[in-house]
Amino acid sequence: MAATVRTVLSRVLPQSGALAASLTAGASSRLPAATSTLLHRCRSTGAPDEVVTLEQFRPETSSVPSTMDIGTRRIFTEDHDIFRASVRRFWAEEVAPNHTQYEKDGQVSREVWLKAGEQGLLGVNTPEELGGIGADVLYSAVVWEEQMYSNCSGPGYAMHSDIVMPYIQKYGTPEQHERLLPAMVAGSKIGALAMTEPGAGSDLQGIRTNAKKDGDDWILNGSKVFITNGWMADVIIVVAITNPQAKSAAHGISLFLVEEGMPGFKKGRKLEKIGMKAQDTAELFFDDVRLPPSALLGQENRGFVYLMQELPQERLIIADMAIASSEFMFEETRNYVKERKAFGKTVSRLQTIQHKLAEIKTDIVVGRAFLDQCLELHNQGRLDSNTASMAKFWASDLQNRVATQCLQMHGGWGYMWEYPIAKAFVDSRVQPIYGGSNEIMKELIARNIVT
Amino acid sequence: MWPIFDYGRFVSIISSSDVYGVVWMRSLAQLHKMANLRVLVGVKRVIDYAVKIRVKPDNSGVVTDGVKHSMNPFCEIAMEEAVRLKEKKLAKEIIAVSCGPAQAQETIRTALAMGADRGIHVEVTGKEYENMTPLHVSKIMAKLAQDQEANLVILGKQSIDGDNNQTGQMTAALLDWPQATFASEVTKENDHLKVVREIDGGLETVKVTLPAVITADLRLNEPRYATLPNIMKAKKKKIAKHKAADFGVDLTPTLEVVGVEDPPVRQAGQKVESTEELVAKLKDSGVV
Repeated sequence: MAATVRTVLSRVLPQSGALAASLTAGASSRLPAATSTLLHRCRSTGAPDEVVTLEQFRPETSSVPSTMDIGTRRIFTEDHDIFRASVRRFWAEEVAPNHTQYEKDGQVSREVWLKAGEQGLLGVNTPEELGGIGADVLYSAVVWEEQMYSNCSGPGYAMHSDIVMPYIQKYGTPEQHERLLPAMVAGSKIGALAMTEPGAGSDLQGIRTNAKKDGDDWILNGSKVFITNGWMADVIIVVAITNPQAKSAAHGISLFLVEEGMPGFKKGRKLEKIGMKAQDTAELFFDDVRLPPSALLGQENRGFVYLMQELPQERLIIADMAIASSEFMFEETRNYVKERKAFGKTVSRLQTIQHKLAEIKTDIVVGRAFLDQCLELHNQGRLDSNTASMAKFWASDLQNRVATQCLQMHGGWGYMWEYPIAKAFVDSRVQPIYGGSNEIMKELIARNIVT
Repeated sequence: MWPIFDYGRFVSIISSSDVYGVVWMRSLAQLHKMANLRVLVGVKRVIDYAVKIRVKPDNSGVVTDGVKHSMNPFCEIAMEEAVRLKEKKLAKEIIAVSCGPAQAQETIRTALAMGADRGIHVEVTGKEYENMTPLHVSKIMAKLAQDQEANLVILGKQSIDGDNNQTGQMTAALLDWPQATFASEVTKENDHLKVVREIDGGLETVKVTLPAVITADLRLNEPRYATLPNIMKAKKKKIAKHKAADFGVDLTPTLEVVGVEDPPVRQAGQKVESTEELVAKLKDSGVV
């Protein structure tokens, strides 16, 4: 019991720089006096009868009415709940009503980015000194999860705040921080990350976009495709070869900050995808773009190292969104089958449907337990790339299985675009592909097993 | 010129222009006082409005264990109004108060995240909490208003669990302060507040001098989201803890709940073919 208590208390860690020392602090020294009110006795076999206070007893998603309920999951605190309630409202009131229009336009509006900035939904994990909100990564997770719960895949806030901004924050110069981060937190500058090219996706080392030195400047040439937020982006981190003679491609890659308006930089078109219709994924072209020395992000030829360091968070985001989307699809389907009638009773009375729902819920709850573990580790700075890869491939595969089964349970209506399950289904298909395809994830995991 | 200046309940007639300067300073002081309201806002933790209420098997009350709770919607509106007063520089401090068990602190924290400066938690637990009534709460609120030197108390018009619609009125009576209940609009005018009230017949506008008690109705405002920067700031704000006895309030119940039941299940109706049949059936049942 004491061990459980300590694990549960570990979620009360300070934001950045959480260390093992906090984990070993005595339980009584960290619970505020007021919360020692007896509210629940834990009765588990063999465990001593110990008092469990309210602050400790946060139920997991397996035992509450809805897997999306606020006030669940021990990795979160009441403050996360307060934030989650207002984020949920934001997605429901500011984004969802316009989402159909965004799908028609193939992009969201500038206003919704600015509104998100106003509400403090962008740059959540960016330190306060650099103009961000300075909250821990679990608050960022609340934003990703609520996006999936609202089924609005259009806005690329997660890419912007939790993939692009960390690169600038960690490897940027003070000048770059000042110029870009506050505007990105406000939503007036939108960020994107350009790695994939028409000829190279998984094979990142096979990219052809290159930057050649010209005096102090760089001349950038090449193209990128499938870039999230690409059409609306104001600042793009471009991965380019800077040393073609390096011993391996990985040692000759650098990151550049290319901004909208630079001569030679053109956005091709918004790509027509089978899902995520409101997301402005685009292709980008660089035609002798002159980049000043201040456009280099980090050190020359160290780009690959930076990418390897940041990819675990990117994979964690995809995995967490996968489980959250599965939770949404499950709840949506459960509500549908309880209403839909067939053969004189509701579809939810059919045993085949009931067993299917039981299987799906169990899979989701098990997946959620692993994801919460990964989120907690990441919050402590202890999530390794291997574990993140496992989470990414397993969760995205689960999401697709759940999507297929849930759509099936909707019957003909599941095939109709107006039904949320249909959109969630097509949106889920890209998850096993981007952020590092699942095949590559298995490659990485296997390396640790057999060497 | 014999100007007449209204100082709250007092009216003074200034006869000499020599004193004009003093009077001008005094009315500035009045203005200064207006611009420095200390607002006490009551926030109650209730079962969330979206939850399906279930009666306990022994009919002694409703099931609250493990049920989702949140801030009473009218208290949210009251809190929002206080924050707007502060933004208009009419209020200098907002104190959020809640009477209840430990979990009430979560409600106070939400109020802090919305913009309250500090919180007061009056801890009431167990049977005392179950039997607490508006009379007990208003005695506590009245004492607090005096201790904290508040000059405006804003409450929700009623809570969605008790639906009593008494606390605001009783608090005003105990303090002997004017009250403006069911407020749908509050504006400051010189040295008083102009409040538009929603009443059965329509809208009524009243003028209340300060200090006063206001209760918020639905259309007073639209509560804001608690933004993350405010949630982070709220962590540093203080919540003071007290017991009802600290205010000399005895929580002995004055009412006894005899039973709680579900509303009767809706009975099936009857379809009739003609008006004559309808009238005949109504006569038979003794309704007409």
